[in-house]
Amino acid sequence: MSEAAILCRDLVKRFGAFTAVDRVSFEVKPGTVFGFLGPNGSGKSTTIRMLCGLLLPTSGRAAVGGVDVARNPEGVKRQIGYMSQRFSLYQDLTVRENLEFYAGVYRIPRRERQARIEEVMTRTGVIADAGTLAGDMSVGVRQRLALGAALLHRPAIVFLDEPTSGVDPISRRRFWTLIGELSAEGITALVTTHHMDEAQRCDELVLMRTGRVVARGTPADLIVAHAPPVILSVRCDRPQEALAIVQKTSGVRRAAVRGVRLHVAAEDDGLAERLDAELTSAGHACTEVRRIGATLEDVFMELAMGEAPP
Amino acid sequence: MDGRDAPDDGKPSGAVVQCAALSKSFGQTLAVNGLSFDVGRGEVFGLIGPDGAGKTTTMRMLTAIMEPTSGSATVLGFDTRRQPDAIKERIGYVAQRFSQYGDLTVAENIEFFADLFQVPLDGRLERTRRLLAASGMEPLTERLARDLSGGMKQKLALMCALIHTPEALFLDEPTTGVDPVSRQEFWTILYELVAQGMTLVVSTPFMDEAERCHRIGLMHRGRMLAMGTPDEIASERSSLEDAFMDLIIGHGQE
Repeated sequence: MSEAAILCRDLVKRFGAFTAVDRVSFEVKPGTVFGFLGPNGSGKSTTIRMLCGLLLPTSGRAAVGGVDVARNPEGVKRQIGYMSQRFSLYQDLTVRENLEFYAGVYRIPRRERQARIEEVMTRTGVIADAGTLAGDMSVGVRQRLALGAALLHRPAIVFLDEPTSGVDPISRRRFWTLIGELSAEGITALVTTHHMDEAQRCDELVLMRTGRVVARGTPADLIVAHAPPVILSVRCDRPQEALAIVQKTSGVRRAAVRGVRLHVAAEDDGLAERLDAELTSAGHACTEVRRIGATLEDVFMELAMGEAPP
Repeated sequence: MDGRDAPDDGKPSGAVVQCAALSKSFGQTLAVNGLSFDVGRGEVFGLIGPDGAGKTTTMRMLTAIMEPTSGSATVLGFDTRRQPDAIKERIGYVAQRFSQYGDLTVAENIEFFADLFQVPLDGRLERTRRLLAASGMEPLTERLARDLSGGMKQKLALMCALIHTPEALFLDEPTTGVDPVSRQEFWTILYELVAQGMTLVVSTPFMDEAERCHRIGLMHRGRMLAMGTPDEIASERSSLEDAFMDLIIGHGQE
């Protein structure tokens, strides 16, 4: 199926005089893991609500699974599964009971229910815990159960809201492997997150700011296109005091303390030597000024804190 | 000064937090299992681990809200079991869940906590003004707390925890759900406090937050698997996340 799983064209949402979403356009191909980033107030949540059929657009078009969000919001809901951190599973119900509950909510025909529940439990690897109370399971297993509940009605698209925050690294890796498997089967995942390690795992990303899309592309594309030219990790005496000196040094775009080091976004490579000299002469002997790779966090800071789009 | 208020061990301690074999059980569940660590003055110490690792329980024991099942802890020289009030007067605590009053304004919340901590009226206004300026919340004094964004709520919680000029701050997952820009702003404020002598104990499940600490302890299922600086724990080859994974597997806790 070559039709886009999610399609947005000049989507607008206004609340009175305030434009929350300002002509947002993007396309998500089926089977993609698509990440949605943006600071608070960027219009991210409003856009997602429109895509879920929870809010009608002011103007523009959006279609999810081929269903127009303005003309058939209820139809949209049937196309999607939603998994959220805050979307509670019932702690005092077992895994199976939680799924039976959601099967009812999604109105899965009774005679298909047991088979569907078995299928979902197997696929998300929770079948061994079928009789365990949700409240007694670790967060990692609960996350997979929540994903399972979102898949019961076999949606083509799942919305994942910060799916692995608070989860241990092993469970996180397992969860993303599972998402990869779903993706290979053609299921599309729209992920919203504030965590760059989740963003890093997406096939494609869109970054919103003040109601507009300010960047889009693969994680690698975004780093190439938007990261500051040079990132330096500086280890020196009394980094908190040294920060002011660094921020005033020409060629420094941005600097912040990180533990015992300074994280510095710079215009050019020559800055490493200049910084070392500046800091040393000001009494902050540097034990290390090392160039490191830019990450999505650097991209985010650059785009979210840099000059606002016109 | 009342004799009751003197630190238990009778001598000024360099360490702001000291715990030895600190443990907590809830029925059959051993939530915290034998933690031993120190935090020095002016240090940023991170309790790092996924949900369920025992971080919040540890925080509650250190802030003297909850008694340990066994083991001991002292904060600023005061024993958490025997002198909890002395600790509560001298520390600030930012809880994981929003614990300010949604239907009070920013200014009213700060006033309320100032009263609660019996901050002397003389100087209170000045202190409040400085806190509002430092956090950039001056334009929001009349806004209801429930109408603040996630990042702003955290800053309000921080101000309420600082109003009584504590010597140490305990922050339980302070930036969960907060966007990277607000997170950066929040840590800028924290580092300024540290530069002025504040000691911080922070808990977080995020490795990038761990890198903001001077020293960290990696926790998993109630146990401390490793302790040291982020650099010490993550070697040149691996990231902190990889190191943590190796430790979890190595301890047979997968």
